[in-house]
Amino acid sequence: MQERDSVAIRFAGDAADGMPFVGAQFTATSAIHGNTVCTLPDPPAEIRAPAGTLPGVSGFQVHFGKLAVHTPGESLQALVAMNPASLKANLFDLEPGGLLIVNSDAFCAEEWEKAGYVANPLENGLMQGYRLVAVPMDQLNREAVARVKLSSREVERCKSCFALGVAFWFYERPLETTLAWIHDTYAKNPPMIEASTRTLKTGYQYGETCSAPLGHYRVGKAENSAGRFRQITGTKALALGLLAAAQQTNLPLVFASFPLPPANELLHQLCEWKQPGVKVIQAEDDLAALNLALGASFGGALGVTATTGPGLALQSETLGLAVISELPCVVIDLQRAGPSAGMPTKSEQADLLQALHGRNGECPLIVLAPATPADGFAIVLEAVRLAIRYMTPVIVLSDTFLAQSAETWRVPSLQELPEMGVTHAVPTGNGSSAFLPYERDTHLARPWAVPGTAGLEHCTGGLEKEERTGNVSYDPLNHQRMVAMRARKIAGVADELPPLEVQGPAHGELLVIGWGSTFGAIRTATERCRSKGLAVASAHLRHLNPLPQNVGAILRCYRRVLVPELNAGQLCSVLRSAYLIDAISLSQLQGQPFLLSEIERKIEELVIS
Amino acid sequence: MSTNVLPLLTPSDLTSDREVRWCPGCGDFSILSQLKKVLAVLGVPRENLVFISGLGCAGRLPYYLSTYGFHGSYGRAPALATGLKLANPDLQVWVVTGDGDALSAGAGHLIHALRRNVDLKILLFNNEVFGLTKGQTSPTARAGTCTKSTPEGSVEASLRPLSIALAAEATFVARTIDVDVNHMSEVLEKAAAHRGSAFVEIYQNCKIFNDGVFDYATDATIKADTVIYLEHGRPLLFGKDRNQGLRLNGFEPEVVTLGHGIRIDDVLIHDEKASEPTLAFLLSRLIGPQFPECLGVFRSVQRPTHAELLDESFRLGDPARKLESLLAGDESWVVA
Repeated sequence: MQERDSVAIRFAGDAADGMPFVGAQFTATSAIHGNTVCTLPDPPAEIRAPAGTLPGVSGFQVHFGKLAVHTPGESLQALVAMNPASLKANLFDLEPGGLLIVNSDAFCAEEWEKAGYVANPLENGLMQGYRLVAVPMDQLNREAVARVKLSSREVERCKSCFALGVAFWFYERPLETTLAWIHDTYAKNPPMIEASTRTLKTGYQYGETCSAPLGHYRVGKAENSAGRFRQITGTKALALGLLAAAQQTNLPLVFASFPLPPANELLHQLCEWKQPGVKVIQAEDDLAALNLALGASFGGALGVTATTGPGLALQSETLGLAVISELPCVVIDLQRAGPSAGMPTKSEQADLLQALHGRNGECPLIVLAPATPADGFAIVLEAVRLAIRYMTPVIVLSDTFLAQSAETWRVPSLQELPEMGVTHAVPTGNGSSAFLPYERDTHLARPWAVPGTAGLEHCTGGLEKEERTGNVSYDPLNHQRMVAMRARKIAGVADELPPLEVQGPAHGELLVIGWGSTFGAIRTATERCRSKGLAVASAHLRHLNPLPQNVGAILRCYRRVLVPELNAGQLCSVLRSAYLIDAISLSQLQGQPFLLSEIERKIEELVIS
Repeated sequence: MSTNVLPLLTPSDLTSDREVRWCPGCGDFSILSQLKKVLAVLGVPRENLVFISGLGCAGRLPYYLSTYGFHGSYGRAPALATGLKLANPDLQVWVVTGDGDALSAGAGHLIHALRRNVDLKILLFNNEVFGLTKGQTSPTARAGTCTKSTPEGSVEASLRPLSIALAAEATFVARTIDVDVNHMSEVLEKAAAHRGSAFVEIYQNCKIFNDGVFDYATDATIKADTVIYLEHGRPLLFGKDRNQGLRLNGFEPEVVTLGHGIRIDDVLIHDEKASEPTLAFLLSRLIGPQFPECLGVFRSVQRPTHAELLDESFRLGDPARKLESLLAGDESWVVA
C-alpha cells in the first residue's frame, strides 16, 4: 500500500463503454469518501464516431486528493483504457510508472490495427514503463453475470461496472454509493440490479486477489471545514445560481436559449428542474433568444440567455439594444474554441474582447467570469444583482471546461443567499408631472418601469434618447452626454467591487494574473513555484468590466506581470492599454486547459532570467 | 396596476406628445388614426397595451401612442414581444412591422411567433418598398419593380405575407388596406378580439417611393372588379354587378361569370373557420391583374395559446424539487 496526496485518473474507452458513468461514480464516491475532487470529461465531438477508432474515444478524468485540488490534473497517475484506441489516445499523459489498467480482451489484432498499432501494445514489454494490469474484462464480466437473464446488450453495459470495481479496489473506494445508484437506476429492472452489483463486486475482488502483490494506493481524507458538501459541475452551478436569483429577487425568470453546445446542457438542466415562476423556452436562434430575454426584462421579469461564441456574435445587435434602452438581462457565454463553429466540444477563453467590445457604437456593459465550476453559482447571483441595480445587460464568461468539470462545493443554506429584493418603479407624486423614464438614481440607473403600471407609460428602443425624457433625440450634445452617462454608469460599478486580492508576496519579482477557468492552473502553478523558493504572486479577476479599482496599483507592485490565457493575449492587451504596463502574455490555443508545467516553465524563465 | 373598471378612452387619450414624423400623404397616418379609434373602445386599460416594433417607417408607430412601447432591432419584434408575453401574459401586445422588417430580417422570427400561437396582434404594413432606407426593393416587391437597387426591375420572386403566415400555422390571418378606414377598423377589431396570434397585412401606400402601387384596389371606378371582400360562409363573388366568382378547376382557381350554365353553386364558398388552411392559402396566392385580390379575414380558428400551454407546464413546477433540495443535490455529505 502506498500513500498519495492526490491522484489523477482517467477513464477512457469507446463512446459505448460508459466512461462518463464510470467517471461520475468514481467522482461521487471519492467526494463522499472525503476527498476534494476536480473532474473533466473529454467527450468526442461526434455523437457516435466509429467504434474502436481514435476519434471515437471518450474520456473522463478525476483528480482527487487530501489537500485542496484546483485542477482536474494533467499528468496522470492512473489510466483505465478499455480498448487499443483509448490507450493510444491517452497513454502520453500517463506518468512513468503510472498505473495502467486495460481491458485485455479488446486487444485483438483487428482492434489494435484499427487504432494504428503495428503490433499488440500489451506484448513484448512495450508497456514496461508502467504498472500494467491487464484484465480480461469482457470474459470476467460475462462470467460474473452469467447466472442473470440479460440481453447481450445489457451484458455489455455491465462491463463499465466491472472496470469501476477494479478502479475502486486500487484506491480503497467504498462501493456503497454506486450500489445505491444501481438500485435507484434499475429499480424497474431487477436483473440489472443483480448483474451490475455482481460485476462491480467481481471487479473489486479481482483487484484484491490478482493485484494484491503489487498493492494498492491510499489517498487520505481532506480536512474540509464544517458544513454540507456536494460535488457540482459548472453547468449545475450556473443553473442553481439562476434559480436562486429568481427566488431572491422574487421575479419570474424567463430563460431563452438556442441549444448550442455546451450551452445546451444549461437549457436541459433548467427544463429538468422545473420550478414555479421559471419559464424555459428554446428559441429559434441565439438572436431570438436574447430578444426573448430582453422582451421579458422589459415586462419586469429576469431575462436570461445562455450561448457560446457564435451565438454571442449574433447577440451583439441585441446587446446594443439592451445597453441603449437600459434594461437588465444576463447573457451566459460558455466559450468554446473558435472562430466560427471552431471546435465545438473544446474549451477556450477567446471571447473576452468580443464581450468587452464586440458591438457597434460606444456600448459598455458589465462582464464577469467565474473562476471555478462552483463559482458559477455566486457569479450568476452577482450578475443578476448588478444587472438590476444598474439596469444593464451583464455578460458572464464561463467556458466549456468550467461547464463540464466539477468540484466539491459547500452547499449554502437559503439564509446565506444574498438579499436581492426588487421593486419596480411606481408613479410618484400626484401624477401631474410627466413620468421621466430616463431619470437616474444614485447609481445612475434609470427606473425599471414595467408595462401594466398605470402612469408610467413610455416608449423605449434602439434610437438615442434625450436625457431624462427618453424621447428620441439626434441632438449632438445630448448624444455626447448620453454616451458619457452610459459609460460612467458602468465604470461606477467599480466603486462597489471588492478589491483584487493577491496570493503570495505583496510586491516583488512577478505577478501572475488571470481570469476565468485558468484559476486552478495559475493558483497551483504559482504555489508550486513559491514552494521552490521563487518570489511569485498570483491574482485572479472575476470582474472584467469594470475592473476592480486597485488593479493598477497591484500590477505596479511587481517588476513583471504574466498573463496566462487560453487565447492570443486578450486580457494582457486590456491590462497593457488600461495601465500602461509591459504585461507579458502566455498564450495557449489547443482547446485544452493549461498544463501546470507550461505556466511553471514560464514563471521560472521570467524569475530566473 | 389596472382596475377592473372599463376605462373610457378617446383616440386622443392614446395620442403621445411626440411629433409624428412620417412623410405627408403616407398611408401610416390613416392606420395610426384607425388604430387609436379601435384601441379606445377595446376596454383594455392604456397601461396594459404595449406596442413592439422593429425598424423602418412602420417601426416608429409606438412613439406616437401614449401606451407602453418598445422600438427594437430590425426584424426582431416578434421575439421581443414573445418574451414580453412570457413575462406577463395579461398584457395586450401588438407588433407593428413592415414588409422589409417582417420578411427581410424578421421572417425567421415571425414564423416562430405564429407557430407558437403567441397571443400577439401583428400588423404588417406592406408598401412593397424600403422607405426609410430611401427606396430599394423589398421582399414583397412584385417581379419587375424598378427601384434604386433594382434599376432594371427586380428579378426576384416576391413573398406573399399571408401565404407565409398561413404556412406558419397562424390562427388569424387577414388583409385590409390603408384608405378603406371602415374595413380596416372592422379587421383590427377582429384581430384584437382574437385569442392567439393575429396576423394582419395592411396594404399601405408609400407616397414617396411607391406611390399608387395599390391604386387598383382603392380606385372606386375599378376596385369592384379587382377586389373580393371576404365574408365567412358566403360565395366568393365580386364585380360591379357581383356576377363574377371564383371557381376551382382541379387545383387551379379560375374566375367565372355567372350565367351561361355557371350557377352560384359552382362558386367557392369562403370558410374562415376551415380546419385546414387550404382555401385560405389559395386565396392568399391570388394577385392581380389575373385575379382579384382578397380583403378581409382569410382564417380565424382557435387553438390554445403559447401562454396557456406553457403556464400549464410551468405554473406549479415540480413540488418535489424545492430550491433547498436542488442545492443539496442527490448526493451530499455533512462534515461536522
